[in-house]
Amino acid sequence: MAAITLKNIVKKYGDGFAAVNDVSIDIADGEFVILVGPSGCGKSTLLRMIVGLEDITSGDMMIGDRKVNDLAPRDRNLAMVFQNYALYPHLSVYENIAFPLRLAGAPDQEVDEKVRNASKTLELDEHLERKPGNLSGGQRQRVAMGRAIVREADAFLFDEPLSNLDAKLRGQMRTEIARLQKRLGITTVYVTHDQTEAMTLGDRVAVLKRGYLQQLATPRELYENPGNLFVAGFIGSPPMNFLPAEVDGTTVTLPFGTVQIPEEKAERAQGKGVLMAGIRPEFFEDAQIADKVGSDSTFTADIDFVEWLGNETYAYIPFEAPPEVEAKMRELEADLEGEGLRTQLVVSLDGSSRIKEGDKAEIYVDATKMHLFDPATGENLTVDREHAGEIPDHALVTAG
Amino acid sequence: MRKIGLVAGVGAVLVWCLLPVVWIISLSFKSQAAVSGGTDPGFLPLDSFTGFANYADVLADDQFRRAIINSIGISLIATLLSVMIATLAAYAIARLEFKGKKLVLTTALAIAMFPVVSLVSPLFDLWRTIGLYDTWPGLILPYMSFTLPLAIWTLSAFFREIPWEMEQAAQVDGATSWQAFRKVIVPLAAPGVFTAAILTFFFAWNDFVFGITLTSTENARPIPAALSFFVGPDPFQRPAGLLAAAAVVATIPIVLIVLVFQRKIVAGLTSGAVKG
Ligand SMILES: Nc1ncnc2c1ncn2[C@@H]1O[C@H](COP(=O)(O)OP(=O)(O)OP(=O)(O)O)[C@@H](O)[C@H]1O
Ligand SMILES: [Mg+2]
Repeated sequence: MAAITLKNIVKKYGDGFAAVNDVSIDIADGEFVILVGPSGCGKSTLLRMIVGLEDITSGDMMIGDRKVNDLAPRDRNLAMVFQNYALYPHLSVYENIAFPLRLAGAPDQEVDEKVRNASKTLELDEHLERKPGNLSGGQRQRVAMGRAIVREADAFLFDEPLSNLDAKLRGQMRTEIARLQKRLGITTVYVTHDQTEAMTLGDRVAVLKRGYLQQLATPRELYENPGNLFVAGFIGSPPMNFLPAEVDGTTVTLPFGTVQIPEEKAERAQGKGVLMAGIRPEFFEDAQIADKVGSDSTFTADIDFVEWLGNETYAYIPFEAPPEVEAKMRELEADLEGEGLRTQLVVSLDGSSRIKEGDKAEIYVDATKMHLFDPATGENLTVDREHAGEIPDHALVTAG
Repeated sequence: MRKIGLVAGVGAVLVWCLLPVVWIISLSFKSQAAVSGGTDPGFLPLDSFTGFANYADVLADDQFRRAIINSIGISLIATLLSVMIATLAAYAIARLEFKGKKLVLTTALAIAMFPVVSLVSPLFDLWRTIGLYDTWPGLILPYMSFTLPLAIWTLSAFFREIPWEMEQAAQVDGATSWQAFRKVIVPLAAPGVFTAAILTFFFAWNDFVFGITLTSTENARPIPAALSFFVGPDPFQRPAGLLAAAAVVATIPIVLIVLVFQRKIVAGLTSGAVKG
């Protein structure tokens, strides 16, 4: 077991494409770190540099206190689970799991003991003699895990291990991975672009965009204190609402009306012209139901469309945005792979709300949790630095 | 209706292909006198049936035994070397980026398209000068150079099918490049390796042109060439029965080899699903 330290890691591919730019991440011994970001942001590249399958253009890769930049994969003592598992089709499940031990020249008895241990943990006992080609997706996934855990590796690396499974199995395997990691207490780096996996599995989550680290923080910190527009829009589902906003004193003017925000937040947002306000869907509530309604924090809106999910209701409210905000939102949408950032507000109301399509409804908003972003740089002006993990400087100037 | 058509079609093809073989087998059981005298013109050897006499004669013949040994030895060595070299070359071509890769591939193809006959007389002169004439290596070399291109092309197609990740997984699991190649890539490419082996063996075993021009004694003369020199006890009469028996004996190894390899190919294909 060991800590993994990435220091100013850069990767330029042969064709000159810079896939990873100046990424620094400290992963503590036993920590579970998630790499997340839209497709093509360099997650896999980063992971493959850790394991040694990709050369490092510049920067230092440390495992424990050993610099491993120039070590071959087999000298790094890491275990990896590939996206399509990469099981050896010509070997039985038993031999697949035993493969790393056999390479290490372990005696048969030790191999047998360890393989049986791993197969018991992963409930593969009755499949040991079968070939991987005949197994189900979930079983193959477990074999791949088995191959990783038989060795006493210094760390586990996962590259989207669950993306080939159906939704239900994905949920099961997710809990299984979490449990296994906690039990073995082994340092883990896990690549995904699934929100839920990122939020539930990780001790900390690193959000990447186009090869740049945007923020490295616990899931809660990311959710409550995103460092910039990109992180704010990426984390959370349905995503955060972005609205044009003007701040005057503690009064914020939104397309629907005005709301009050706390003084310290207002202070940091003075005199910056039109800003973008970020409000999560669940900060809204049907004023009929909400318990702490003040007249200064409710507004009336035309409800365009309603989705009732039982425990909650999503209501959609269109609004007009000035061109500069609109342009910014298009840009952000492209960055986020078009995760539906229309100029409409998505509000999440309690399931008991009776609001219907076409209603003029009164909506309450908890403005104290609102974030204000500078549309030019994407920086979150109201971020609570104490509780936002690490935000590299470049994430505050190039973002958005 | 369609079934009957299918059966009839398959039957026709079978008869077309197998008739000469059956005929040769039938001939090999007839006595020498009956064949040359035409006393037993029927398809089945009836009153001229001699049992395995022809076979016994053939196997007792020293020249023939030498030829069989030559053929087996030369073909096996050529196949082994050719497949080994082709496997390594194909792996490099499928996996590595290097200068001149295109050149290697096109040259290989060009060689494969070269007519064999056009090379025979220069080779004859060359081999005589450097002392390879009438030796095993003198045949193994041309066999290899004519079968390598095809083997390389077949194998590199197979290697390209194997996901890179197999090999990377092996490396992460602690394998050296060589171990990853030997323990993961080669077993996965086994069907390809055996296909290449069969093709090479066929070529070497059936070759006549090189065999007859590049040899002069039973030192290295392979079976197809030897058969054409085969004379029985009476030099003025082609011993048809003996020749037929010799031809049958010469076919047996190749049938065996194909059967063995075919099983491997099928096993390789079904152990399967290279996909994760
Ligand atoms: N061998 C290569 N040569 C050149 N560019 C490459 C190579 N491999 C990847 N890239 C580029 O590097 C960038 C990052 O790729 P990477 O595979 O790390 O993305 P990712 O974040 O894992 O995406 P995904 O979620 O789709 O798997 C991509 O823009 C890709 O086009
Ligand atoms: Mg990837």
